[in-house]
Amino acid sequence: MDLRTTPALLYLDAVSVSFDGFKALNGLSLTIAPGEMRAIIGPNGAGKTTMMDVITGKTRPDEGEVLFDGSHDLTALDEASIAVLGIGRKFQKPTVFDSHTVEDNLRLALAGDRRARTAVAWRETAAARERMSSILETIRLTAARSRLAGNLSHGQKQWLEIGMLLAQDPKLLLVDEPVAGMTDAETHQTAELLRTINVEKTVVVVEHDMTFVRALGVKVTVLHEGRVLAEGSIDQVSENERVVEVYLGR
Amino acid sequence: MIPRALDRGTIVFLALLGAVAIAVPLLNLALPDSSPLHVPTYLVSLFGKYVCFALLALSIDLIWGYCGILSLGHGAFFALGGYAMGMYLMRQIGGRGVYGNPLLPDFMVFLNWKELPLAWWGFSSFPYAMLMVLAVPGLLALVFGWFAFRSRVTGVYFSIITQAMTFALLLAFFRNDFGFGGNNGLTDFKDILGFNVQADGTRAALFATSCLALMLGYVVCRILVASKFGMVLIAIRDAEARARFLGYRVESYKLAVFTISACMAGVAGALYVPQVGIINPGEFSPANSIEAVIWVAVGGRGTLAGAVIGAVLVNYAKTTFTSGALAPYWLFLLGGLFVGVTLWLPRGIVGTIAHWRAGRRITATEDAPDPSGAAVATKPQAAE
Ligand SMILES: Nc1ncnc2c1ncn2[C@@H]1O[C@H](COP(=O)(O)OP(=O)(O)O)[C@@H](O)[C@H]1O
Ligand SMILES: [Mg+2]
Repeated sequence: MDLRTTPALLYLDAVSVSFDGFKALNGLSLTIAPGEMRAIIGPNGAGKTTMMDVITGKTRPDEGEVLFDGSHDLTALDEASIAVLGIGRKFQKPTVFDSHTVEDNLRLALAGDRRARTAVAWRETAAARERMSSILETIRLTAARSRLAGNLSHGQKQWLEIGMLLAQDPKLLLVDEPVAGMTDAETHQTAELLRTINVEKTVVVVEHDMTFVRALGVKVTVLHEGRVLAEGSIDQVSENERVVEVYLGR
Repeated sequence: MIPRALDRGTIVFLALLGAVAIAVPLLNLALPDSSPLHVPTYLVSLFGKYVCFALLALSIDLIWGYCGILSLGHGAFFALGGYAMGMYLMRQIGGRGVYGNPLLPDFMVFLNWKELPLAWWGFSSFPYAMLMVLAVPGLLALVFGWFAFRSRVTGVYFSIITQAMTFALLLAFFRNDFGFGGNNGLTDFKDILGFNVQADGTRAALFATSCLALMLGYVVCRILVASKFGMVLIAIRDAEARARFLGYRVESYKLAVFTISACMAGVAGALYVPQVGIINPGEFSPANSIEAVIWVAVGGRGTLAGAVIGAVLVNYAKTTFTSGALAPYWLFLLGGLFVGVTLWLPRGIVGTIAHWRAGRRITATEDAPDPSGAAVATKPQAAE
């Protein structure tokens, strides 16, 4: 019983969102293939975050179609259901649970039963502990595992949030500006981390930082005024006249 | 689940409460009036009142301290529990009322009512009344919370509508035709389970029962907050959107904890009424709910023990001040206390102590790193 209408993992068609008449997304169409990593760039206000809001159920589009895995209509679901379907999201501003330890942040993110009525009797499994340790290694926070997340540095918080995405074990990761506020070394490490993650998972990264995007070495989509302006390799899009105009002109 | 909930602090706290539950009635009943250690009956009732307030404060701390839900209408759940108990006590009066009507409470006879309203049916049965003590506040919280949380009403908007809720109930209960005694409320109680409510023994028993209820409430709160359920509550308090995007249905968690909290407040109200001998619509006054929140802020939110300590301390201060020459200034003092705590002691009494001790522990472990791995380190119980 395959109801797939598209081979794409994520399929957006003619999506529009307006806030008080202002069109934050204006007929945006985009497809992401399974296993792909895609970088999304675009000037401030291009609608990148709004696009993620639409995909994750935070914002309902006025028009358009949003399909996940070919068969799930994301416009009809709420955030929690979409997360459970297998879409994880990192916010633009790092958002972790400040008064929980690093470990507990990951513990809460680990895939598993999310229901309130079973949460009181919940017990941690050995497999979960192992998985947590391996994620801690990946995000280089093993030494900080019992520290309160609120006491981490900005870069560490970004990494913890990425670790929480991993723990969630989604099919698709949406990562909004992961290197904002990071040092050059951290930026480099983050690019590496995302490439590692991409071995198993589909990733969509929104970023401003061109060196970072270049380091990722993946197909780039340029958004402008709520729609796709150009698509291709980083070299192709940076030679595109309209892209240059949007970024440098005006 | 139980061992994690009953940590050392909890056991000490429960032991202290248990000791008080035994000592106060004993010092009242077993010692002669002349003994310097004798606790007079009026003090037993006064302390009993504090214990009920402590349970109300605990119920507020569970939602505010752990889940960030600031209810400014918890007095309503307290009062509803109180009315349920009051209705039982009214039915126990039977034919001994001023008008001697075996079925109808005096105020109904006075209003010329001929039969018992539907809402009063069954309240002559103690088990039924106790069920209502939980069910009425619980159901109201369930319905109210369902609408509020599903529509994602949060923060100050939520606080405002809870104030509106308690105010609406205040107005309703003031009306004679609402059927709960109008502005006089319910009073002149005679006995509870066949025991005279005025008798020393009954008062001592009510005090001990209140302490037991507080202990039970404390254990329930500890089990909840020490479980994954509690971890999710704190997560919601810290970053609600993050919790949603991790797949947690925030509204279910909020609704569950809000309803449990309302039931606890109802029990507190039910135990309060026989000890003070009256319940009237004044208990719904919005100011009462705000006062209860201040107790929690003073004691330290998100600590449970702080709520209990705050409630007892502030009410003790209130008793002291309102019985002296400074009585007219009590509200100013309470307001000043709240502002002072917010400015200089934002973690409250217990929160500040816990924070200070956690700080010392961290410095200590940094001096001597623990080779057994930091994973077992106790995490500070969400002091903020
Ligand atoms: N909730 C909102 N209400 C009103 N305007 C919004 C809202 N969210 C985004 N916008 C507007 O939509 C546009 C796109 O925003 P955003 O998606 O955050 O851009 P980007 O992430 O590409 O910088 C901006 O002009 C922003 O001001
Ligand atoms: Mg953005």
